[in-house]
Amino acid sequence: MIEVVNVNKTFGEKHVLKDINATFDAGKVNMIIGRSGSGKTVLLKNIVGLVTPETGEIYFDGREFVKVDEKRKREIRKDMGMVFQGSALFTSNNVEENVMLPLDLFTKMSKAEKQKRVDFCLDRVGIVNSHHSFPSEISGGMQKRVAIARAIALNPKYLFCDEPNSGLDPQTSILIDQLIKEITVEYNITTIVNTHDMNSIMEIGDNICFIYQGNKWWQGSKDDIFTTDNPELNDFVFASNLYKKIKKAHNDE
Amino acid sequence: MNLFVTMGKYFSLMGSVLSKPVNRKIFFRRLKAEIEQIGFDSVGIVCIVSVFMGAVLTIQMGINFESPIIPRYIIGLSTRDTMILEFSSTIVCLILSGRVGSNIASEIGTMRITEQIDALEIMGVNSANYLILPKIVAAFFTFPFLALLSIMLGIVGGFFIAFTSPDIVTVADYIYGLHYAFVPFYVTYTVVKIAVFAILITSISAFFGYYTEGGALEVGKSSTKAVVYSIIAVLLFNLILTQVMLT
Repeated sequence: MIEVVNVNKTFGEKHVLKDINATFDAGKVNMIIGRSGSGKTVLLKNIVGLVTPETGEIYFDGREFVKVDEKRKREIRKDMGMVFQGSALFTSNNVEENVMLPLDLFTKMSKAEKQKRVDFCLDRVGIVNSHHSFPSEISGGMQKRVAIARAIALNPKYLFCDEPNSGLDPQTSILIDQLIKEITVEYNITTIVNTHDMNSIMEIGDNICFIYQGNKWWQGSKDDIFTTDNPELNDFVFASNLYKKIKKAHNDE
Repeated sequence: MNLFVTMGKYFSLMGSVLSKPVNRKIFFRRLKAEIEQIGFDSVGIVCIVSVFMGAVLTIQMGINFESPIIPRYIIGLSTRDTMILEFSSTIVCLILSGRVGSNIASEIGTMRITEQIDALEIMGVNSANYLILPKIVAAFFTFPFLALLSIMLGIVGGFFIAFTSPDIVTVADYIYGLHYAFVPFYVTYTVVKIAVFAILITSISAFFGYYTEGGALEVGKSSTKAVVYSIIAVLLFNLILTQVMLT
């Protein structure tokens, strides 16, 4: 479980995160949603420690993360995996080497054991014949899968995905969403997905945290979204005619 | 004020760089790759520049020392000492600032803007140490060899002029000059200088790459800054080391 307590972040004069309090549960796909510029990426970066909040605390299963030294932070980070928006694969390494790197760095596994683990992770995300391809030689969807394989290589307790579907076609997006959901449940991971993709929210969102103008505006399940009378959330989620119709159909039921 | 902030950030980064690598085996694997990229891949440009510079130096010495009271072997001696004292360390490093410095800044800068450095940090890796230390160590050990190679090839360039243009200097005079009044400390001086320059070039370039913000345009700007500041640092430390070691 990840707890965010009274987190504030400013960039110069701009107060980007305003006293955010949120809880993200284990074994669930937790989603941070909001419009572009609402502060959701900054919140995710605060949670993983790429940005330090001015005030507030963040706890990973009770372990404080903000005020600890770099060494302690790195220890906690060994329990994290992250899928970046642009995949962030190491371009000078091939697919296999990308997944192997965390194992090389932090385990004392034999070469055969590492190879077995890499094969398992790549197989789990559906990468079969591209082990020796470089990131530039594979599609965006495959890059995301490799990034997921790399993120789960060390059996993380926490998985973070920053807009995992950006730039992907709808079918590939659904596959990536399903993969995130399956992995979360299978390994009881605390997953936080940062997105504004409504399909993802409706497909896999268990616990949804809506950020509006730097504030945590609403938190609930995807079913609660259909019944909420929160105007800002309704404007965001049901912006398109398609989702207005879906909401109507859902409420008519 | 800005200068102090930048210096502070530089030394803070170097503090992170100079920590114990998380995995020794990975460090040596990366070091091997960097020695190849920073050292071996620079051999070509160092060879070309050194041979031509040695040849040109010999011709110019020949013209400038055109006097009945100056013995001709002075041309060989001057070519040798100029190559050892200044050219093979300082001038070669100015050239390497362009080749190696821009390469390091653009490589690390691109890793920064494509979130590869963030990916390392999330894994629990000290990204500064992982990326920068092998580069500094690789340059520290390979640059002195490049300097020695440059000295040798510069002298060969001069020899080529003596061999093809005996009216400037004869081979016998040139070789006599090479052996005349040789000070072995000059080689120590140049090796120390280039080792210091190696640290400056790689660390300054890595610094500008590491703190790149933005996109492709900013990577280009970081690369330019890396080269400019590396050159300034090389020139400044050239003066300081010369004062300290030769006076």
